[in-house]
Amino acid sequence: MIKFDSASYSYTGSELLSDITLDIASGAFHFVTGPSGSGKTTFLKMCYGELRPNTGAVQIFDQDLGQMTRDDIASMRRKIGVIHQDCQFLDHLNIVDNIALPLSVSQQINPNSETQLKELLAWVGLTNRVNAMPPELSGGERQRVALARAVIMSPDIIIADEPTGNVDWEMSQRLLKLLIELNKMGKTVLLASHDLSLIRLAKSHVQARVLRISDKRIRIAGADL
Amino acid sequence: MMNYIFGLFDALMTTRLWSRDAQRDRVVPPTGYTATLTLFSSAVMAFLSVFALTLSISASRLSVYWGDALANSSTLQISARADQMETQVALALQILKTTSGIEAARVISYEEQQKLLEPWFGPAAPLQRLSLPTLIDITEAASGYNVENLRLRLAADVPGAILDDHARWRRPLVQAANTLWAIGLFCALLILSASGAMITLAARASMSANSQVIAVLRMIGAHDSYVAAAFVQRFTFRTLIGSLIGCALAALLLITFTDPTQQAAILTGLGLEGRDWLRLIVIPVLFTVLALLATYAAAHRVLKGLS
Repeated sequence: MIKFDSASYSYTGSELLSDITLDIASGAFHFVTGPSGSGKTTFLKMCYGELRPNTGAVQIFDQDLGQMTRDDIASMRRKIGVIHQDCQFLDHLNIVDNIALPLSVSQQINPNSETQLKELLAWVGLTNRVNAMPPELSGGERQRVALARAVIMSPDIIIADEPTGNVDWEMSQRLLKLLIELNKMGKTVLLASHDLSLIRLAKSHVQARVLRISDKRIRIAGADL
Repeated sequence: MMNYIFGLFDALMTTRLWSRDAQRDRVVPPTGYTATLTLFSSAVMAFLSVFALTLSISASRLSVYWGDALANSSTLQISARADQMETQVALALQILKTTSGIEAARVISYEEQQKLLEPWFGPAAPLQRLSLPTLIDITEAASGYNVENLRLRLAADVPGAILDDHARWRRPLVQAANTLWAIGLFCALLILSASGAMITLAARASMSANSQVIAVLRMIGAHDSYVAAAFVQRFTFRTLIGSLIGCALAALLLITFTDPTQQAAILTGLGLEGRDWLRLIVIPVLFTVLALLATYAAAHRVLKGLS
């Protein structure tokens, strides 16, 4: 689904990721971990085409990222749901409009969209916050809205960059549970987190692979986690 | 440049820029200083454009008036001793009658002369006591007559006759009116260019201020055309509203301060008449097209810079 072939990424001359070769299979659950500044976000951004490798190649859905136009990348992102730690929203739209935005962008709003939105809001537990504006939401609520927006297009891949960074342990578990549910539905999940207890908890519920980034390289973590 | 043209053409053809998408219309925040700036600047510029256009239209009308109204007429002035006046006038009329290109010639009556001189001497001036020349009003045929030939013939038979074909003072007036017309049009073009620059700046500022909106849209899979259309629609609509307000205010001012009784006067005929008012519609239309092109170009440049 996502293939890295000796991919490296440098920013203003300094190399952040070096010689990454990796294959992320369809339906897999991957944790990406590593110390702050190790390149987790850079790696995830390459996974959804926000950054292109300086050397080597990255293939997403069998398409070479280096050959893709801006519009190709935009179309490809409709099949990838992205959740950021600082979940970005359009603050002047309410949460329902924010969640429905991917449908509007891809012109897929139809008579069933309202039902779909209601189901999603119920799934993330925000039925009572329908008319809330993003600045009125707590950290956990923002993450759940971001998750709902990420999955509304029924993407094949969910990429979450430190989604539990700003929420308490209970909310972290709740978000993890939702991501595990998505993975059980067949979605590929890539979750960046430096919270090892969360990773251990996940591994007790789902078969997850842990990718540890250190010294600009990615290694598959073993039982020593 | 070609990419930009093809992109705009593609966006127009695929109706992305025209189609109404309620959600897309709302992705750009409705407030902010760029909204006020666009509305205000397009209103002011449209207001000024109306006056530049009015100047141009009025000058054009005056040029036509001065050209047409006086082009087909000449005046023959005969100065002679009182006992010879009648003979000289008869001779002159005879010459005029036999000159090809002259349709009619008639002596201006005493009453008409009195009326002509009334602004200078008043209504009760004793004109009989003055030795006034006799004036003959000549109406030319469409083909016109040979002025030099007629002057030579008159000089031989009616030595006291002075032929005035009005060209001496008509030409500079028409020239002045034409210059005014060109200046008015040039001013309107300058105003339009300045408006284009302002709208472009406002659009770019808005895109910079809304970089988070663009980032979110890109993250969820929006094509450049979607993002551009959201900004283009917002700015085009604001410009349309602003220019309509500017035009309406300027038209109101023109109606209020233009005295219709002075319309016929040669030098005070600055204003709009009849169908001229319809020409004002051009201003908001031009501003709207300008906003569409300027915002599309700005959006295209900003989005290209993000890659």
